[in-house]
Amino acid sequence: MVIMAQARATPEGAATTDRASAPVHVEAVGVCKHYGGRESVQALGAISLTIAKGQFISILGPSGCGKTTFLRCIAGLEKPSGGTLAVGGQTVDRPPSDMGMVFQRDVLLDWRTIYDNIFLPIEFRHESRKPYEKRAQELLKLFGLAGFDRHFPPQLSGGMRQRAAICRALIADPSLLLMDEPFGALDAMTRDQLNVELQRIWQATHKTVVFITHSIPEAVFLSDRIEVFSPRPGRIALSLDIDLPRPRRMAMRHEPEFNHYCSKIRELFEDMGLFQEE
Amino acid sequence: MVNGKLNGRVGRGILTVSSFVIFFLIWQVASQIFGIRPVILPTPVAILRELASSPGWYLLQGWYTLLTTLAGFGLAVVIGVLLSILIVEVKILDSTLYAFILALNTVPKVAVAPLFVIWLGTGSQPKIAISFLIAFFAIVIDAVLGLRSVPPEMLDLAATLRGGRWDVLRRIRFPCALPSLFAGMKVAMSLALVGSVVGEFVASEHGLGYVILAAQGTFDTPRVFAAIFVLAAGGMVLFWILSLLERRVMPWHASLQVRH
Ligand SMILES: Nc1ncnc2c1ncn2[C@@H]1O[C@H](COP(=O)(O)OP(=O)(O)O)[C@@H](O)[C@H]1O
Ligand SMILES: [Mg+2]
Repeated sequence: MVIMAQARATPEGAATTDRASAPVHVEAVGVCKHYGGRESVQALGAISLTIAKGQFISILGPSGCGKTTFLRCIAGLEKPSGGTLAVGGQTVDRPPSDMGMVFQRDVLLDWRTIYDNIFLPIEFRHESRKPYEKRAQELLKLFGLAGFDRHFPPQLSGGMRQRAAICRALIADPSLLLMDEPFGALDAMTRDQLNVELQRIWQATHKTVVFITHSIPEAVFLSDRIEVFSPRPGRIALSLDIDLPRPRRMAMRHEPEFNHYCSKIRELFEDMGLFQEE
Repeated sequence: MVNGKLNGRVGRGILTVSSFVIFFLIWQVASQIFGIRPVILPTPVAILRELASSPGWYLLQGWYTLLTTLAGFGLAVVIGVLLSILIVEVKILDSTLYAFILALNTVPKVAVAPLFVIWLGTGSQPKIAISFLIAFFAIVIDAVLGLRSVPPEMLDLAATLRGGRWDVLRRIRFPCALPSLFAGMKVAMSLALVGSVVGEFVASEHGLGYVILAAQGTFDTPRVFAAIFVLAAGGMVLFWILSLLERRVMPWHASLQVRH
């Protein structure tokens, strides 16, 4: 508790001015979540945060601290037990329309080709594919899937499948992108590659992104701001603005500034007792 | 060794055919060595001779049985799939209709066959009804299982896409249910065949079930076996057609099988 109070009291640097003045996209006030009836588990403490339009926010925290729960609340898949949650000024009581979500597993439909998988959101909107075809081709190319559009998901590697899942989330051009540890199951090389690609597409489109990860460097590399959650029930232990110039390059991960942010978070995790050294 | 070469589709086909050949060879040789009387067990050659003596007639009888089977099976698929969709979509039907169907399934359906003759007469309807009744349960149970086998994440995905019930059913639930549905249909097809034969046992003037019953009355065992051969061959062809259809409808399933 003490750590958290301290961390909250010393916000690291001020947010870049243009984004601070941007309109609010996601606003959570005291959002908490209990699971189950009698032996209820409190998954999420009271989370309050504001995400401006176009911001890239990462949620970082030990596993089981309620990151997924919080994201599912934003996505309208879970109803908060308390507090208020609004997306685009509207209280979330069902999945927001202008949102794309990437899950931890790719959740591609095995019976559809990659191309048809990507169009699933369009079909669910009962819109014609035509206006989106050019965009689909661009996305496939951007994510290195050109030439694989006629393949079925089981014929692709894990990295390619997750890329396809991202294309699917982006096809309808949502302004809000929610990503739940999308690269958690991938090897380090593929992961780095996808981080670079994600940053590029975010810079080109300036969507609001809420990105969950448990990799500190990944969060620092991608984010405008990192919200560090405490162990369950998750609360915000630290809210850290990352003032590194963009576009960020992989090589920046060896620079002192980058490592300064990483060690700051790592120290916090140590204080929480998350790293037990023998 | 042998396994390595006979793993492919063709190899497996060869193995299957040779096991049939060996089975009939043993049968033929054993009945000659032990001098088994044809009225007890005719040799395969004698059965083939019986079939060859009036192939058109056997085909016609087989045709009757086939039509009844397909009608019963078709009805079972249509009604079974529609009901299972309702059971999965309408919550209250799970603990009422579905529970009732599961309980009914424990009743031996053949025992009901004579009733259908009382209710529907001696035409083709009672046979179709019995065939339907026996096949129906396999379809419903497997279709419900399949429609429920959707991974929860897929339903989450559909929810974030704000999918309506019909969209989720058509684009996610139904394709997810297909493997299970085909498994159910394969079982149901054999059961539908059983149903039509039972129907023909109970009251009929044609069909392979009738042939068997009539031939049994005159101790014409080769004719009984000839009819059974036609039935077995028909059953296999129907099963094979379903497998073919399965591969056509679910190419992704085949692609999964190739990888693993
Ligand atoms: N559907 C659920 N029912 C009961 N408990 C749950 C459910 N989902 C998550 N939890 C519990 O809530 C806590 C937070 O889970 P989660 O949000 O998945 O954490 P994270 O994503 O940070 O690893 C965990 O202790 C988990 O066991
Ligand atoms: Mg999680």
